[in-house]
Amino acid sequence: MIEYIPYITVVAMIFIGLYAVLFRRNLIKIVIGISIIESGVNLFLVILGYREGGVAPIYTSLPPGTTYPGEMVLPVPQALTLTSIVIGVAVLALMLSLVMHIYRKYGTLDVRKIRRLKE
Amino acid sequence: MSEMTKIVKTTANILFPLTMIFGLYVIAHGHLTPGGGFQGGAIVASGCALLLVAYGSPWVFDRIKEKRLAAFESMGAIGFIVVALLGLVFSAVFFGNFLAGSGGLFGTTPATGSTLADFNTGGVLPLMNFAVGVKVIAGLFVIVLVMAYASSIKEWRS
Amino acid sequence: MEKRTIAAAVAFTVVAVFFLFSIFLIHPFGRPGQVPMDDHIIQHTQNETGTNNAVTSVVFDYRGFDTLGEATILFSAVAGVLLIFRRVKS
Repeated sequence: MIEYIPYITVVAMIFIGLYAVLFRRNLIKIVIGISIIESGVNLFLVILGYREGGVAPIYTSLPPGTTYPGEMVLPVPQALTLTSIVIGVAVLALMLSLVMHIYRKYGTLDVRKIRRLKE
Repeated sequence: MSEMTKIVKTTANILFPLTMIFGLYVIAHGHLTPGGGFQGGAIVASGCALLLVAYGSPWVFDRIKEKRLAAFESMGAIGFIVVALLGLVFSAVFFGNFLAGSGGLFGTTPATGSTLADFNTGGVLPLMNFAVGVKVIAGLFVIVLVMAYASSIKEWRS
Repeated sequence: MEKRTIAAAVAFTVVAVFFLFSIFLIHPFGRPGQVPMDDHIIQHTQNETGTNNAVTSVVFDYRGFDTLGEATILFSAVAGVLLIFRRVKS
């Protein structure tokens, strides 16, 4: 049971983000909830590639006495997390630009009022 | 957003060159230490955002138009694709590493095991690191600049 | 309460039950088992790529095509932001 605590942390982060997306009325809080879900997914990707007692997979000045493929952490999940972080930044920039445009047109940031003002 | 007091401007004057040098160091040593193109580009872009906060966005926008920054970002993307196509020309594989182990520009091969850092290694990787670093710097700076300027003028005719 | 809040609460509970039951099917934290691809990458990085950093060689050499797609995403994000905030000279 104690070996599954990092996965429970990831699930808790996704729940907090999902709660903010479903049950909040302000548009900025919904955007923050989406960003929290992305942080949880990136944490899950990095957690998958850990080896017990391992060092970083870089050969410059290793600590003396480490055997190479047996004690290094897996490098492929770290490379995929880099791509995922950049995608999160791009989606966040576009979402915030659209929120600014909506506020300039409707004058309010309440989601239930924007749904009814169809013109 | 308007400009800030003299204390903030002087602190930004001191901190911005240090941040830029550290960011360029992380970009340039991407094949030896943790780091690379994306990480170093984010560091330099955060230094540029500090400059934008301290001096106010109308002042910065009058000196740097967004068309020049967008052209700068396109040059970074073209450099990345040209290096990949050169790999297709010289070694018959797209993204092929044609400089590794050839004794030319970045050509020496490091010894296996734990070595000291040798800058001349890496093959085609440092060139790709520079291209992606320039692209990320220009892209993040233009996003922050346009959004800050658009929220500071009263009406934006579109 | 409105109908929308009740539907959101039911969906949230269903997703929560699915997530909590599927945690225990992943490998335990710290013992990934047999990974032949990552062992090959760690052993042959210095011969084939000529660099000391395994993560950068995976991003730019073994999986460079994904980095090309990521550069395209960054470019399209900048193009989208510049498109929303453009000024038309009347």
